[in-house]
Amino acid sequence: MSELIMTTDRERPFDPPERIAELGGEAPLHRLTFADGHEGWLVTGYTAARAILADPRFSNRPEYTHPTIPARAEVAEKLRGKEFAVPGFFLRMDAPEHTRYRKLLTGQFTVRRMKQLEPRVEEITRARLDAMEAAGKPADLVEQFALPIPSLVICELLGVPYEDRERFQRDSRLLLALESGADEVIDAMRSMTGYLYDLIQRKRAEPRDDLISGLVQGGELADDELTGVAFLLLVAGHETTANMLGLGTYALLRNPDQLAAMRDDPSVVDNGVEELLRYLTIIHIGPIRSALEDVEVEGVVVRKGQAVAFSLPVVNRDPARFPGGDSLDLTRPAGGHLTFGHGIHQCLGQQLARIEMRIGYPALLRRFPGLRLAVPPEEVPMRTDMSIYGVHRLPVTW
Amino acid sequence: MKIKADTTVCIGAGMCALTVPQVFDQSDEDGTVVLLEASPPAELEDAVRRAVTLCPSGALSIAE
Repeated sequence: MSELIMTTDRERPFDPPERIAELGGEAPLHRLTFADGHEGWLVTGYTAARAILADPRFSNRPEYTHPTIPARAEVAEKLRGKEFAVPGFFLRMDAPEHTRYRKLLTGQFTVRRMKQLEPRVEEITRARLDAMEAAGKPADLVEQFALPIPSLVICELLGVPYEDRERFQRDSRLLLALESGADEVIDAMRSMTGYLYDLIQRKRAEPRDDLISGLVQGGELADDELTGVAFLLLVAGHETTANMLGLGTYALLRNPDQLAAMRDDPSVVDNGVEELLRYLTIIHIGPIRSALEDVEVEGVVVRKGQAVAFSLPVVNRDPARFPGGDSLDLTRPAGGHLTFGHGIHQCLGQQLARIEMRIGYPALLRRFPGLRLAVPPEEVPMRTDMSIYGVHRLPVTW
Repeated sequence: MKIKADTTVCIGAGMCALTVPQVFDQSDEDGTVVLLEASPPAELEDAVRRAVTLCPSGALSIAE
């Protein structure tokens, strides 16, 4: 068999790369050559993915990791040893270090707290739909709807001024673009941490009723740690849901019976959102874990030091767990998908993301019952060049 | 059915509270699981099993 290399290029917009999808039917783990030449593994099986993501013998620390995507090899090389060496960037920590940060934050993202935000998310959504309608057709759904809603919500929650979005959206785009050069990535990281560090000084001088002010006043974290935490929450908070709203709408437009169900049947919405999360799995590269000792997984021995990458889009279509998973069916029991990850790093903001989508999709489809693409489908620019998948633009009319 | 919850392992993802709010809640302090009903009624047992499976951190277990 020829050497397996990770790719983000797809034959069809909603299906994982064929070359990787085909592996899914063969075995749960496959030998993968990482972009720096490291010989590790790629996971495509659901039970293996869950087992590894929940296993403390696999580390998420940056110093053990290897890049999967060739375009990222240069960046990884230049940043080796300092990649995200931002204190407080707890995504790339193991327990118990990770636990300290996570526990400071989880109280802010509980199911109940997020439910309390529902009226405000509804208000923001309505205002964006009004603005989109007033601006007239055709419209770019990403610019008018998918990006502003989660951006406004996370800015308000964290206490980041929305007026500053041009700067942090540009930085976050550069950080997530697979083709960004090492210097661009480093500049964007500096710009983002510099911006947030200054913001934290302002919150210290003048605390408000927001999450960052709360953390500053809590006094548990030093300013550089607060910067790392805010960095993580800001980027994770708007790039993810924004892409789900954009790509999800595109998928619904291409599946009119599913679109009608999302629009007309409130009992479909909650599970329908889970199914869109599963079917689309916008986390198309990563996560990556590294074995701290030899570990046997479903008959395969992952050696100490070996890196394990995951193709979550393929994992979420494992026929043993989601039979017929290549089609979008909003009534399929979709719970248990791994789009938010699994184990101690499972998405902190997932309950917020759910609320934004449960409100967003039906509100959009009800406001514009005749919503349709304004260009032929092949002209919709797909984000195969970004760490998080989605659409760059979605031209629509109604 | 008897549910056990280990708050030292819990990461507050909220899957349990989302799945069976009658049985699980989360602390406002650190988001970790709060058991409202350690011995849930029979009609909720399936949902509780689903919540235990969904828990990302392995904080929940069932002692029959």
